[in-house]
Amino acid sequence: MTIDQGFSLSCPSPGGDQDRIQLAHGGGGRAMARLLETVIRPAFGDAELDRQHDGALLSVDSPVAFTTDSYVVNPLFFAGGDIGTLAVNGTANDLAMCGAQPLYLSVGFILEEGLSMDTLRRVVASIGSAARAAGLRIVTGDTKVVDRGKADGLFINTAGIGRLMAVNPIGPQAIRPGDAIILSGDIGRHGIAIMAAREGLGFETVIESDCAPVAAPVLALIEAGIDVHCLRDLTRGGLASALVEIAEISGQCIALEESNIAVRADVIAACELLGLDPLHVANEGRFVAIVPSGDAERAIAIMRRHEVSCGATIIGSVGAGPAGRVSCRGPLGVARAIDMLNGEQLPRIC
Amino acid sequence: MKYRDEYRDGAAARRLADAIGRTVTRPWTLMEVCGGQTHAIVRYGIDELLPPSVELVHGPGCPVCVTPIEYIDKAIEIALRPGTILCSFGDMLRVPGTHGDLFGAKSRGGDIRIVYSPLDALAIARAEPVREVVFFAVGFETTAPANAMAAYRAKQDKIANFSMLVSHVLVPPAMRAILDGPDSRIQGFLAAGHVCTVMGTREYDPIAVRYRVPIVVTGFEPIDILEGVLMCVRQLEEGRAEVENQYSRSVRRDGNPTALELLAQVFTVIPRRWRGIGDIADSGFGLSAAYVEIDAEFRFGAVRSGEDPVGECLSGSVLRGERRPPDCPAFGTRCTPENPLGVTMVSSEGACAAYYRYRGLVPTKEPAQ
Repeated sequence: MTIDQGFSLSCPSPGGDQDRIQLAHGGGGRAMARLLETVIRPAFGDAELDRQHDGALLSVDSPVAFTTDSYVVNPLFFAGGDIGTLAVNGTANDLAMCGAQPLYLSVGFILEEGLSMDTLRRVVASIGSAARAAGLRIVTGDTKVVDRGKADGLFINTAGIGRLMAVNPIGPQAIRPGDAIILSGDIGRHGIAIMAAREGLGFETVIESDCAPVAAPVLALIEAGIDVHCLRDLTRGGLASALVEIAEISGQCIALEESNIAVRADVIAACELLGLDPLHVANEGRFVAIVPSGDAERAIAIMRRHEVSCGATIIGSVGAGPAGRVSCRGPLGVARAIDMLNGEQLPRIC
Repeated sequence: MKYRDEYRDGAAARRLADAIGRTVTRPWTLMEVCGGQTHAIVRYGIDELLPPSVELVHGPGCPVCVTPIEYIDKAIEIALRPGTILCSFGDMLRVPGTHGDLFGAKSRGGDIRIVYSPLDALAIARAEPVREVVFFAVGFETTAPANAMAAYRAKQDKIANFSMLVSHVLVPPAMRAILDGPDSRIQGFLAAGHVCTVMGTREYDPIAVRYRVPIVVTGFEPIDILEGVLMCVRQLEEGRAEVENQYSRSVRRDGNPTALELLAQVFTVIPRRWRGIGDIADSGFGLSAAYVEIDAEFRFGAVRSGEDPVGECLSGSVLRGERRPPDCPAFGTRCTPENPLGVTMVSSEGACAAYYRYRGLVPTKEPAQ
């Protein structure tokens, strides 16, 4: 009997133990070779990977940026993304924050025995399409399997190499008093999407993660000659943690205007309900760009041409004040201190 | 967003602050009872909009802060029992017990689950019938109906593996205890809006009369709090001491009758020890005789009597409204949310945590003398 699955190179075995990951799939033998051949490599579709050598041979004609990140999100799938899209965009965005064009990615899987093959197929398909969307090549990888109960379904590590495009060093040390702080869009969606999926919180509207690649607007800023002083993506710890980190490293003071920070109404409602401050909630497709105030209007115009940063706006400035501190002027006109998130993000109890 | 933005409107806030400024002719000291109000005051800088003659003192309304250390110790002991799952609201996990906190117990292998509702704990008990599931039921009158509902459902549905470690406290006896204190400076109260949503406002009448203090039941948004302050100082200036309701969009004089009926059925009023304050007669809820089998103390042994840890932490006087967090020499130096000396720095409703989070280390006003 044949099952018509359309054009698919995925594992054709419809039943039995082949539906689940077994220890042998990480054992270096036939089962692993078959998994790579039928499930993983086809999804990534890269000639370098298809050479099946111990490593990728690459050449980059300029200085490079190199970064790595591991992904352990629970649940694996959520509104607006999954662990696969995170694993690609998260690492690609870290490269972009260095002022680099993401080029190559490695993908390492740690799979839990018993993981359904369908889940793995969905994740590798996501990785493949996210990489293509971000213009990245997946050139090397690794697969390990651990005993049931020793991992939460699957973990992914990705490392990335990017071509450095920025001429001047980008980082907290480069920011200067008077610089404008530009936020690329609304905040808080990823964290709330995960929390809603994890806790089974049923909101009236589905809040989707903002998970997306952000390299395009960043490279456009650099190409246009904007003197980008600092870039930071707003992942765990949210906008607050990113800016406190920049203020502390640079020894500068950052002042924000709360009314300029965009948060969608449904995210505000969820935060109110859960006792969270949107400034602390995680994002996966948002960043701040710190640029000289004279470049700010042009930078915003450039960023708004890209969908991922079409909500770019100035939310504050680097200014005079206590070194290493971030403050935020609220609706009543009084400024409050902004600190990093302490511990885990826990909802208050009444 | 409706019911939010209009209560955070800057122009309306300035109009109310101006009205307060025109009303007061001498210094007044008011206490906001609830930790949620304290956080709103410090977050939005409401105290900085008020004339210097109006002082807001922060009250004991942080359920995590006043839960006695012996209950934390008991929760840890239960969590570390084999075959047991302890369910708790997240805030409780960082509260220091005699030997570490619940997060520490979790890392040592205790099965501790953070839940958003006591009914989630009940669902875990249904899903895992061979394990004992204990819900750590803390809080004021606000959380009591949901906790009572969990006990009620467990009894109705005969969920034999579910129990509750109850450390519930009540606001009015604490207000009396504060007013009876020899150092009390409180001349008026902003009572806790959500507590009164459940309980109504009648039980505050005798306090207003006996102690000659105005009590204004107040909400949690900046405009609510400024209106509450205005209503309170108007009473003080006019020599009145009455219970008034600023939070009328939520609070009825008779409270929520359905919730009250359930509370009367499930809980009974008992004496409680408050961390930082001490023993207060008739100041808490315990499970009533009909629900004794759901009492975790009945199942796993009674909580031993305890005492507050001795040290340089001033959280007791902060909870009684005698000191402000920045008055403490350890504030922000030896005591931070990462390494707290006391509970008021731990809880997201705690006054010290509010000052640390929103004001940083620099006190914006001179400490009270």
